[in-house]
Amino acid sequence: MATGIKDKVAIIGMGCSKFGERWDCGTEHLLNEAFQEALKDAGIEKSQIGAAWYGSALDRVNVGNSAIPASTALRLGGIPVTRVENMCATGTEALRGAAYAVAAGAVDIALAIGAEKLKDTGYGGLPVQTKGTLNDLIMPYASAPGGFAQLAAGYRAKYGVSKQDLKRAMGRISWRSHQNGAKNPKAHLQKEVDLDTILNAPMIADPLGMYDCCGVSDGAACAIVTTPDIARGLGKKDLVTIKALQLSLSSGREASTAEWDGSYVLNTRIAAKRAYEEAGITRPREQVSMMEVHDCFSITELVTMEDLFISPDGGAVKDVMDGFFDADGGVPCQIDGGLKCFGHPIGASGLRMAYENYLQLLGRAGQRQLKNPVYGLSHNLGGVPYNCLSSISILGLSSG
Amino acid sequence: MSELGIKAIAAYVPRLRMDRAAIAAAHAWALPGLRGAAKGERAFCSWDEDSITMGVESLRACLRSTASGELRSLTFVSTTPVFSDLQNASMVAAAAGLPAALSTLDAGGSLRAATSALARAFSGRDDDGDALLVSADARRAKPGSLQELQYGAGSVSLRVGRGEVIARFLGSASTASPFVDHFRAEGEVYDYQWEERWIRDEGYMKIVPEVVGRLLKSTGVKPADIDFLCLPSTIAGVVPAVARALKLKPESVVDSLAARCGDTGTPHPLLMLALALETAQPGQKILVVGFGAGADALLFEATPALAAHRPTHGVTQTLVRGVTDKHYTRLLSFAGELRLDWGMRSETDAKTALSQFYRAREQVVSFTGGRCTACGAIQFPVMPACVKCGSSEPMSRAPLADEPAKVATCTADWLMFYPAPPLYVGLVQFDNGARHIMEMVDVDPANFDVGTPLRMVYRIKEKDSLRHYNRYFWKAAPVG
Repeated sequence: MATGIKDKVAIIGMGCSKFGERWDCGTEHLLNEAFQEALKDAGIEKSQIGAAWYGSALDRVNVGNSAIPASTALRLGGIPVTRVENMCATGTEALRGAAYAVAAGAVDIALAIGAEKLKDTGYGGLPVQTKGTLNDLIMPYASAPGGFAQLAAGYRAKYGVSKQDLKRAMGRISWRSHQNGAKNPKAHLQKEVDLDTILNAPMIADPLGMYDCCGVSDGAACAIVTTPDIARGLGKKDLVTIKALQLSLSSGREASTAEWDGSYVLNTRIAAKRAYEEAGITRPREQVSMMEVHDCFSITELVTMEDLFISPDGGAVKDVMDGFFDADGGVPCQIDGGLKCFGHPIGASGLRMAYENYLQLLGRAGQRQLKNPVYGLSHNLGGVPYNCLSSISILGLSSG
Repeated sequence: MSELGIKAIAAYVPRLRMDRAAIAAAHAWALPGLRGAAKGERAFCSWDEDSITMGVESLRACLRSTASGELRSLTFVSTTPVFSDLQNASMVAAAAGLPAALSTLDAGGSLRAATSALARAFSGRDDDGDALLVSADARRAKPGSLQELQYGAGSVSLRVGRGEVIARFLGSASTASPFVDHFRAEGEVYDYQWEERWIRDEGYMKIVPEVVGRLLKSTGVKPADIDFLCLPSTIAGVVPAVARALKLKPESVVDSLAARCGDTGTPHPLLMLALALETAQPGQKILVVGFGAGADALLFEATPALAAHRPTHGVTQTLVRGVTDKHYTRLLSFAGELRLDWGMRSETDAKTALSQFYRAREQVVSFTGGRCTACGAIQFPVMPACVKCGSSEPMSRAPLADEPAKVATCTADWLMFYPAPPLYVGLVQFDNGARHIMEMVDVDPANFDVGTPLRMVYRIKEKDSLRHYNRYFWKAAPVG
């Protein structure tokens, strides 16, 4: 009988590069920046790492496929290194690989590292991708905002929210992330923006304006994991352990059947249920202390609040407008600025979210520090709402 | 022996209409003389329309008629075929969902190619089924030329054979001549025109009366008995003059639709025929003439069956859907005459994996989904296992091209490269349960949201600028 990942794996060190337009460095340098911070934080030697998982989503604008670029950049000395790619959940997938290896007892200490170099394309937004030889024939090429903007149409149709009210709630989500990002020296965007500017920005994909879209950034983040016993043996006192690591992928029903109404993300709901069960959380709205969710677009964050069972269905607009997700609200969200302002180097993002939760749990978040957090949830969403994957990780302080 | 004639006819003219005054205004600095010819509007193709897509649309409309009979052949007629070596006719037939057991052929080479092909369809035939004729042209003209104002775009499809015909075939006559009023050499983009006055005096006024006279003589029909003259010409006054020379009734001259859509090329005599059939009464006679390196003349007589055929899919319906445009650079850009800066996002490689295309041809070309033999769910694309019940039993065919549908989700995407921004995209919910993420075209943003009824249209999905192989697929357009 499977017993889940809860408290089987401790994070003993994390690192995160400065995110942003890193004209000064390539993927290798970003990897190294995050890695050195994590090594120092863990207080171990590189040679103690038994295996590594490297996440990178877009190899064609990055350092190519395979894990060799990471193994070479970090001079990992011949250990097993695996490249993982699962769209925007890539970073969390690297963490899952490393955590599973440790939990299985295959290695004592494992590394999860993710990086993305997106600013060598020559233009804003994500690089244009093909979807394989068949999909190229039968699927339209929408942009990422074009995929997620459709949630707004589905949400409005289902709950009868006016275009203006929804746009305003979306705008407030971005406004809040800019408030938070301004307190984060590693964030890509560290400037507060007023709501009028947000609401009147140029349209990207109706109804998403420029400020409804997250930053496209360069960056890397990493985690060093081991078992709680080994961590204590290394002299670690306050242990951040993994409470849940879940992943759910679409089996095609949203895009190919009439079952889905376009107002939510099915796989987030599936992953959330499993994650809460794995972590032993029964009342998420009361028990989750903080969240780093996949706010690739403001509308995504809005429906995610319902998909994670924090807001009731149809209730996210009210919660957003009430400030429930503000830094001083009921469940602070995107305390580090989120994808919106910290930035979104795809392969790094899941680990960047875990990094903020890790800092908060250890009381090391500086001016962003929340009071006595117990559970930090992070959430990624890859693909588009009608054809997607969703990952959730929950971190907490070890009860052991 | 049952009657021989036209069993169904349908037309398609692109929705986009350029205000000719906008064209003339753009050229006024250099070519002020164009202003005199800048009346009305002309049809032009959207970036994703060409002779194949327009042909598919008129053919689908034609096949929706109640005409019955085994289909024997399909001839695709165009002077602007998409492919020089790759049969356009078979691509059109497949998109329209026609069975593979069909004799297909491309024809072209002259603006009268459609009337020539129609005459051939009636001559020397044994009685073994119906012939389809699909004529379509998207004519290119040099910016600033008179032709840029005159040319249009469109398609007409006919079904001919024996049985219940809407127009009885009475006879035809043809003449071949080395009369070069215009020409376009292989590989060239634009037509080269000779002087209109010479074309009128030595061409229309001499070639047409001779061949029509021969036809009237052979059929024993008197000029005064002709009720409709369908003769395209962009030269002012020439058709009434031909009618006078032939002693036809002045009112027999059918509107050339110059003010509404321009000269569509090979389909144009047939477009005028379709227009005549909208008002023709049983027994009325229709003379159709195609002109170009000679001429063809065909004579028809409307039958009582015509009443049941109209008014579905006529010229009027396709013309009223027109949307007037004053952005001249849109016409230039769509026609490939102007290279706008679309940015780096447009720098993608649109190479089509032809082996993959053929494997998935039923899905890609005729938009055929699958019906699960275990649970009955209709779905697209057709995967190895049912999306609903997971059964991996082989699915039966479920055509989607004519299935009613509605918008389930949508957005207007301004970020993605799209030759006609914004890209409208969303989930399309078919009434039969299938659903697919699709591009949406011909959208009026003021009347477009979740629930808007949709119909399927066959369009260019992507143009391969390196290899020039157009990739086609179905898109959803608002009904109406």
